[in-house]
Amino acid sequence: MELNLSTIAPAERQELERNVLLTTIEQLKAWARSNSLWPLTFGLACCAIEMMASGGSHYDLDRIGTIFRASPRQADVMIVAGTVTKKMAPLLHQLYEQMPEPKWVIAMGTCATAGGPYVNSYSVVKGVDQIVPVDVYIPGCPPNPAALIYGIMKLQEKIRYEAKTGKQVTNA
Amino acid sequence: MSEDRNKPMDRPAGDAAEKPAEEAGAMAAERPAETAGTEPAKAASSAEGRAALAAPDRAARDAARAERLAARAAAKAAAGGTQGADGGGQAGEAAEAPAKEPSPNQPKLDRLVAILREQIGEDAVADAYINELDRHTPTVVVNRDRWHDVAVLLRDHPELKLHYLRNLSGVDYETHMEVVYHLFNLQNKQTYCFKVRTDREQAEVPSVADVWPAANWNEREAWDLLGIRFTGHPNLKRIMLPDDWVGHPLRKDYVPVDPEV
Repeated sequence: MELNLSTIAPAERQELERNVLLTTIEQLKAWARSNSLWPLTFGLACCAIEMMASGGSHYDLDRIGTIFRASPRQADVMIVAGTVTKKMAPLLHQLYEQMPEPKWVIAMGTCATAGGPYVNSYSVVKGVDQIVPVDVYIPGCPPNPAALIYGIMKLQEKIRYEAKTGKQVTNA
Repeated sequence: MSEDRNKPMDRPAGDAAEKPAEEAGAMAAERPAETAGTEPAKAASSAEGRAALAAPDRAARDAARAERLAARAAAKAAAGGTQGADGGGQAGEAAEAPAKEPSPNQPKLDRLVAILREQIGEDAVADAYINELDRHTPTVVVNRDRWHDVAVLLRDHPELKLHYLRNLSGVDYETHMEVVYHLFNLQNKQTYCFKVRTDREQAEVPSVADVWPAANWNEREAWDLLGIRFTGHPNLKRIMLPDDWVGHPLRKDYVPVDPEV
């Protein structure tokens, strides 16, 4: 189909410019994905309490399209909220493997980031990035709901940026 | 209808109104004559009385405690010499008993030791003392070889009836390992503490999971974290750490295989 812009009347052309958006399919997918990040409920310690508070009515994660799922099969992002023990690590890895692509991981709090106060413990994994690739690290012990929401929005930004530029975010 | 609804409402209200009056009456009757004066005066006098009582009381208690500590140190030194000769426990106790201010639980401990010596044998009790810091809990160190017999006796003896295992924990003293049992009589609310010592490298203690089922998981925990083997345990596997864990992390000389993970 040929589209000859010169045959279109100026008024119609203005109307078209206002209403038709042009984008790539990648960016369209990123737009959809970033606005419906469904996290896998993965509460391991006190961070989970803050995560629950974020999902509650006051902070209301639903309004940014973040709806907790109880199954890895329906989840896009795994929010690792809490201390990962060496006994839990294989299970965490299995749950990550069960999530469909594309998938992301948020390490919430210092425990999931680097072991936190239990860094010298015999039974705690020193950072969940030893088991699964992490996209966003949220500092705090525990991070408050605002920090978690900021982390989720950082992940949204990352998804859109990578789709737009085709580059991996390494240190944004 | 309205009558029906009112009835149950009336009754508690009436009860509530009656009860405080009754209680107040009872309290007034119980109250000794000299303290039954006006309210503020009574409070003031009793507070003064308490303060006046407390000051010399505390001083006396402190003095008594210092005395007791000194006496015990002396007794220990005296007992140390005789320890090797005859079992230690009895000699130490005999030397200690007159010097120390007797604990309220001393008769219970003496009776317990007597029962154990009589029913199990002289070698059953390695040491016996009152743990004053822990509410004067009668504490008995039991010979490891006799521990299972002792446990059955403690549970079944009509005088002791220690049916309830409150706590079971292991300790690494670096020179030896120890398992501590807190047993409880649910009828007279008496707690006893039992300790069983074992070698550190070949840590083995008879299991009491068949005596008190509560011991089952606690013994698995002590095995998992301290490496104390409970002989005769029905299912001695790790309970907290993963099954493929190397070592027992609460041992003082534990070195993790994977320190960086």
